Amino acid sequence: MDFSVFFQPAFSGGGIYLDWVLSGIKWTLLVSILSWIIAFTAGSVLGVLRTTQLTVLRAPAAVYVEVFRNVPLLVQMFIWYFVLPEIVPKSMGDWLKTRMPMPEFWNAVLCLGFYTASRVAEQVRSGIQSIPKGQTEAGLAMGLTRLQVYRHVLLPMAYRIIIPPLTSEFLTIFKNSSVALTIGVLELTAQARQISEYTFRTFEVFTVATVVYVLITLTVTVAMRELEKKVRVPGYIGSAGK
Amino acid sequence: MFSGFDFDVIQRSLPYLWQGMLFTLGLTFLAMIGGIFLGTLLALMRLSGFRVLNMPAGGYVNLLRSTPLILVIFWFYFLVPLAIKKISGDAYAQGIGPFYSALIAFTMFEAAYYCEIIRAGIQSVPRGQVQAAYALGLTYRQAMMAVILPQAFRNMVPILLTQGIILFQDTSLVYVVGLTDFMGAAGKVAQRDGRLVEMYLFAALVYFLLCFSASHIVKRLQARYSVGR
Repeated sequence: MDFSVFFQPAFSGGGIYLDWVLSGIKWTLLVSILSWIIAFTAGSVLGVLRTTQLTVLRAPAAVYVEVFRNVPLLVQMFIWYFVLPEIVPKSMGDWLKTRMPMPEFWNAVLCLGFYTASRVAEQVRSGIQSIPKGQTEAGLAMGLTRLQVYRHVLLPMAYRIIIPPLTSEFLTIFKNSSVALTIGVLELTAQARQISEYTFRTFEVFTVATVVYVLITLTVTVAMRELEKKVRVPGYIGSAGK
Repeated sequence: MFSGFDFDVIQRSLPYLWQGMLFTLGLTFLAMIGGIFLGTLLALMRLSGFRVLNMPAGGYVNLLRSTPLILVIFWFYFLVPLAIKKISGDAYAQGIGPFYSALIAFTMFEAAYYCEIIRAGIQSVPRGQVQAAYALGLTYRQAMMAVILPQAFRNMVPILLTQGIILFQDTSLVYVVGLTDFMGAAGKVAQRDGRLVEMYLFAALVYFLLCFSASHIVKRLQARYSVGR
């Protein structure tokens, strides 16, 4: 065990190997957090659509969820990166291929975001459906529109109920961000492998990478537990039934 | 959109893709069996009252569950040959080949996830069953094998299979170490013939059809198994 390897001058780029690790952590966090924003927004919309009574809205959302859940993330990553520029109209394809800034990064973010959206949608849907029907009926009886019922009655409860499963989706996104290395994003796992190839200090490098992932998991878990406590609904066991 | 498509490339490479699919299915099936077996042992350890047993099992499960699968695959590709050299005492010992390295990595990784599923399954068996088993004079082993585990597994069948479908999708990640599973085969043909669009879309379609129908079968099973509870 010799962790001094991280303070040796790096193979390229002028810094030391620790800089590579830090840059890897930066990209892991950036990919994960930006994807989460997409996943949470799109997933919430899709989840709500799946609970509406209009088939026109419900069916496309259901198809979306089935498609994105049943194709491996790696395959989706390749489709965003290699296939999409070829099948969109030519001018757009050219832009994607030549002028798009940081194509690997943004494709990874979009891919991971829309992939995770399908999973978030399922959680949001089950959260909304776990609320007794009487609540919706009471809201409508008080003269709220359907939209207002969602905004003021259903969603505030549903989000609190699904904090535990959402936490685990949020943790999964950090782990899944490593799949971005297959299209060339130099996130933490990719950097770890790269350093191990240059220095042969595989054990030390992988250990550090693993510890960083564990720390991310611990931080997120603790933060979400605090959030859960803060938004606890009085009268519910814990903050929420599972 | 499909005008420039070369469907022939798919047909030409079908035998090669089939080889890849056999690899994927074999890896999924064996890792599932191994994962469930190890996962059961880990779950029993986690539920035991002895700290020497439940602490290491808990640590292992939490560690593996917070590490990305790709990193775990890299870990085992590095560790397995080292372990073999250590065990055999021969510095030039032959490796066990990429398939078995991948199999060990997936088995060890899935065991952590199966452990949590099985632990929940065991805990879902009413306490009275355990007490009744002990009252009848069964030993721990007998109570587990004859009373608790059969009931637990009966409840868990759908969720174990769902995890199997996730595993089937995850095996595509052996791509990162260059193995030729179904996705690896599709990728190699795609690169060789410059037909990325056709091959990747075909791969997506195959995965979709298999996973979609499998999850529908699981849903049906679930409906059938939930009867009587």
